[in-house]
Amino acid sequence: MTTKLLTALLLGTSILGTAGLAHADDVTLNIESWRGDDLAIWKDKLIPAFEAKNPGIKVVFAPSAPTEYDAALGAKLAAGSAGDLITCRPFDKSLELFKKGNLADLAALPGMENFSPVAKAAWQTDDGKSSFCVPMASVIHGFIYNKDAFDKLGIKVPTTRDEFFAALDKIKADGTYIPMAMGTKDLWEAATMGYQNIGPNYWKGEDGRAALIKGEQKLTDADWVAPYAELAKWKPYLGDGFEAQTYPDSQNLFTLGRAAIYPAGSWEIGLFNTQAQFKMGAFPPPVEKAGDTCYISDHTDIGMGLNAASKNADAAKTFLSWVASPDFATIYANALPGFFSLNSSPVKMEDPLAQEFVSWRDKCKSTIRSTYQILSRGTPNLENETWVESANVINGTDTPEAAAKKLQTGLDSWYKPGK
Amino acid sequence: MAAETRPKRPFRWHIGIFLAPALLVYTAIMILPLAGTLQLSLFRNIEQHQVFVGFENFRTLFGDPNWSVNFWNALRNNVWFFIIHMLVQNPIGVMLAALLSSPRLRFAAFYRTAIFVPTILSFVIVGFAWKLILSPLWGVAPHLMDLVGLKSFFTPWLGKEQYALTALSLISVWQFIGIPMMLIYAALLSIPEEVIEAAECDGITGMSQFWKIKLPLILPSIGIISILTFVGNFNAFDLIYTAQGALAGPNYSTDILGTFLYRAFFGFQLQVGDPNMGAAIATMMFLIILGGVCVYLFLVQTRLRRYQF
Repeated sequence: MTTKLLTALLLGTSILGTAGLAHADDVTLNIESWRGDDLAIWKDKLIPAFEAKNPGIKVVFAPSAPTEYDAALGAKLAAGSAGDLITCRPFDKSLELFKKGNLADLAALPGMENFSPVAKAAWQTDDGKSSFCVPMASVIHGFIYNKDAFDKLGIKVPTTRDEFFAALDKIKADGTYIPMAMGTKDLWEAATMGYQNIGPNYWKGEDGRAALIKGEQKLTDADWVAPYAELAKWKPYLGDGFEAQTYPDSQNLFTLGRAAIYPAGSWEIGLFNTQAQFKMGAFPPPVEKAGDTCYISDHTDIGMGLNAASKNADAAKTFLSWVASPDFATIYANALPGFFSLNSSPVKMEDPLAQEFVSWRDKCKSTIRSTYQILSRGTPNLENETWVESANVINGTDTPEAAAKKLQTGLDSWYKPGK
Repeated sequence: MAAETRPKRPFRWHIGIFLAPALLVYTAIMILPLAGTLQLSLFRNIEQHQVFVGFENFRTLFGDPNWSVNFWNALRNNVWFFIIHMLVQNPIGVMLAALLSSPRLRFAAFYRTAIFVPTILSFVIVGFAWKLILSPLWGVAPHLMDLVGLKSFFTPWLGKEQYALTALSLISVWQFIGIPMMLIYAALLSIPEEVIEAAECDGITGMSQFWKIKLPLILPSIGIISILTFVGNFNAFDLIYTAQGALAGPNYSTDILGTFLYRAFFGFQLQVGDPNMGAAIATMMFLIILGGVCVYLFLVQTRLRRYQF
């Protein structure tokens, strides 16, 4: 009922909308997005930059609320009133739209060659033949630390695991700071900032991830259990009552200067820059011994695709090629520090913390979160279970082996690789 | 001859017309969605089409350990949630009502209002307020316990598997204690003066008056409250969702049928929603509640009637 009503309303507005614009000679492109936060950046920076180069094409950024985006977009696409350009969620949600024929194949789009296979993986069919969204940005995991605290205690930035735990011990012994700001209450912190953050160093990034999808490796293999064993060792370094510490609690603990190290995602940079009163630095997940290849989680998060039913497909493709260009990447990455362009050509960024994060791309190998592609399609959902088990491991209610076994059993129950 | 043919009684249209508005509204917003849910639970989405599969969804729900373990866990938690309410909320509610109805109590209206206020608060406010109160970092609970020397008894209750559900049940009790209190209070006030006076003439006063005269007379109200609590608890969702999130952590220890239904129906994060399985869970919730209400109506209420005037 509501969907139909919504559809009717949307249809109504789209007809009225087009009627109003009919007199203009310019082609108008509408962008569907859930990133309402970025409205100002699009209006003031990105769209003027594009329109200056491409006279005759007007672009309107029309976001909806994040929680309503998927449902509203589905209704608009069904009614034929959706915008020409569609902001893509990574993996299955966009893949579903492509399979339904709502997104056009962009494999041949000029500009797509600017992206690495890992960057494109989030918006490809499982066989990798069709790409349907231009990758826009990714987030990188690592650790943000309180530089003042490190200086005061005379701690050097750790590069190996031994140095990392030695640093934690030193902070704990000193007692001024909580060594690490993380809680397990919201579950996802433990999985996303914990397991997916330090894990790639153990399972060798893309190699391990691909082997897991192919079924050559199991979550019960040593490389996949080891990150849990390390997480279990984090417990004594977390704050009092970390079991009931929520994600905002962790953020506040760190920005108030009460904790020394924050297992982070780069999306925090914007907020931390405005809130923290001390100097901050960042380091990638420590490796086993100095000189080892490091791997980082450089997770594809947002892309843009073309509505297959768009009447202005040519203009939209021009726009998408621009989105794939270094010009766009530079403006976007600087406007939103912490959301990094996936473009292969290096982007110059002003923010020092963001620069630090992105510099790891040169020395480390990038991968995406292990549970996102293909493996979270069934029941039980691997991503959700990873949240629960990561928290269990840190809480000490499950051993690393038991947690890994539970995940693998759940995955085995529906995922049969190679079939 | 004419006298023999009885005048035909006109069809009483007005009954239908007067019933129609309520019946239509009730059908549209209650019966149709319910029937729709029951119907949805018998279908399954195969290759983008809804296909009739009979009771397959229920077989999955009870036969597939990936579903059944979660279902029984949610049901068990829900029963515990209900038990806490029955053991804590309703006795305290009766006690508060008995105290409030005592004629010697001063500021009765103030207490009544103060105790009832949490009931009208939004779940979101209650969930967040208690999360903050119990927060080990900034909460007032650890500080207050420290003041009376009980700091060692403080643990992050909402984050511990063994305490989280009980803590949430008690938060819910705190919020809803006003309802049994008000209903019992009304029932106590409606006890006729003659009965009380007769009891006093026979020398039954004070506590024994409450146990022997008043309590039996308010038993029907207690029955109604129990059934309201039962229905409310087995439909509960919002408090757990606001305090613990849809995954009802830690380790699903606070997962109740409502949150389990939410995850199945709408999906969560990368989990794609499955309306058909969700409808199957909703159907089970409906049957559980229906069963409980039937037990009450046919077994309990028939016995309670004896005490009514």
